[in-house]
Amino acid sequence: MKARLEQLAHTRSGDKGNTSNIAVFAYEPALYPLLKEQLTAERFKAFHRAAITGEVLRYEAENLHALNFVAHGALGGGVSRSLSLDNYGKALSAAILGFTLDVPDEMAPLLRARAPA
Amino acid sequence: MSENKLLRIGSGAAWWGDRVEPAALNAERGDLDYLCFETMAEATVSAAQVRARRDPSFPGYDTYLDDRMRAVLPACMRRGTRIVSNQGWINPQGAARRIVELLRELGIKGVKVAAVGGSLITDRVLELAPTILENGQPTATLKDTLISAEAYMGAEPIVQALREGAQIVVTGRVADPSLFLAPMMYEFGWDPLDHERIGAGSGIGHLMECGAQVTGGYFADPGLKDVPDPWNFAFPIAEVDAQGSVTLSKVAGTGGAITAQTVKEQMLYEVHDPANYITPDVVVDFTRARIEPLGPDRVRVTGLTGKPRTPTLKVSMGCTEGFIGEDMFFYAGPGALRRAQLAKKILEERFKIVKLDAEEVRIDFLGLNAIHGAATPPDAPEPYEVAVRVAARTRTREEAVKVGREVDGMAVSGVGHTGKRVPHQDRTREVIGVWSSLVPRGQVAAHIDYFTS
Repeated sequence: MKARLEQLAHTRSGDKGNTSNIAVFAYEPALYPLLKEQLTAERFKAFHRAAITGEVLRYEAENLHALNFVAHGALGGGVSRSLSLDNYGKALSAAILGFTLDVPDEMAPLLRARAPA
Repeated sequence: MSENKLLRIGSGAAWWGDRVEPAALNAERGDLDYLCFETMAEATVSAAQVRARRDPSFPGYDTYLDDRMRAVLPACMRRGTRIVSNQGWINPQGAARRIVELLRELGIKGVKVAAVGGSLITDRVLELAPTILENGQPTATLKDTLISAEAYMGAEPIVQALREGAQIVVTGRVADPSLFLAPMMYEFGWDPLDHERIGAGSGIGHLMECGAQVTGGYFADPGLKDVPDPWNFAFPIAEVDAQGSVTLSKVAGTGGAITAQTVKEQMLYEVHDPANYITPDVVVDFTRARIEPLGPDRVRVTGLTGKPRTPTLKVSMGCTEGFIGEDMFFYAGPGALRRAQLAKKILEERFKIVKLDAEEVRIDFLGLNAIHGAATPPDAPEPYEVAVRVAARTRTREEAVKVGREVDGMAVSGVGHTGKRVPHQDRTREVIGVWSSLVPRGQVAAHIDYFTS
């Protein structure tokens, strides 16, 4: 089955100059291998299209069941000179929540669904 | 402090604009040994330098110093809670003198306040720091535009001030985690070269430095990650032991939540390599940390550690880089996006006619693509309302002014159904670009001045 990243993981972005780091945390340890396998640095960069102009590095933190993406050239030239309304990129970590993954059907019970308001 | 004692350190601010009431709550009800304030962003020092040049009455320290100190000084001084704060910005001595005045106003006498300076190295940065980290160019290329350069100092000068009896320590630029590490080093007698404990303490400082970001702030995502009473967040409290393990908690009865998830998110916030998070004091390793919920709003973190510190200190260099002009106007209802697209085309043509000389121009549709920019999915649904938001970066203020003037023209010379603000506000601002470099740590010497109420 297909699932959106927001069903598997939560994210937070932080800024340093023109670099944004976006950390992705599996809700369940059993889902972490799916993230590692499918959410590669290349796919992460491609998903953001021209919004990331530089290299994307991916670090793994097994103890946190987390992947940390370091996206160079993601903040419009840097927090201070960016023309973006969100110049710190604090809303940027929401974009990747729309990334689509393949999830084995038997793991469906581990997925989260956004509860109705 | 005995081996078994737990040191209680509270957060008082995570940035300049942060709320004051959670600091007062921590001071009153946090049963704290220390209350630490972090109020500086990367461009804070340069912005303060620019303001000080223009406005001789600007004292050069946190503009909310009075608010914050008035809110916490009575409880802190009554309870014996010491304060560590980077509210000194470009004038820590001035901040310390002001705190002494506030103490006297409150009738609190005999309190020793330390001002830690020495981080400003504007006059010698081009000799000490040869290369710009971001682009590999020589720092000499910044010679004509440099406003300010400051090194990120570590915890040691704060430890010295505490050892010499300061109850309040106010600093210029110090790395954020160092503000929290310093009390641990002083109280537990940690060796500055004991990289395992210093790594643990700096890791704890990193969890604390963003205040509510570990107690449920910057976290809620309704339906997926719900947070109770998010209008009433507390700032965190760290209960630290002599080995560098910590339990994070907050004052009872407040909103927000401390969970394994909030702690994990903050652990990697603004971190690049989780095994090598460089601070002036140590290189922190987060990859062996264990996060263990103990109960409601109590999370224990063990296994934080570190590696020996680097021989250099990071330097931030702020430079004048021109101006940004920006404004926005609005559409709603059927056809809103088409009208916004025509308005964008009109502005692009107008900028040619008035010969706007800009380094970069950006015209976004707020409601569709202004926040995620090029990362917006091509099939995103059409919004009911759209703001056309235009911004340009220019070398002169005269050019930046053109942005707002052309948006003014959209009122009667634009598209049908255009909503617009009356242009009372200043629609230009100065750009201070921030660059980084490294200096040998021996070239930066802290100096400490003492004042007594």
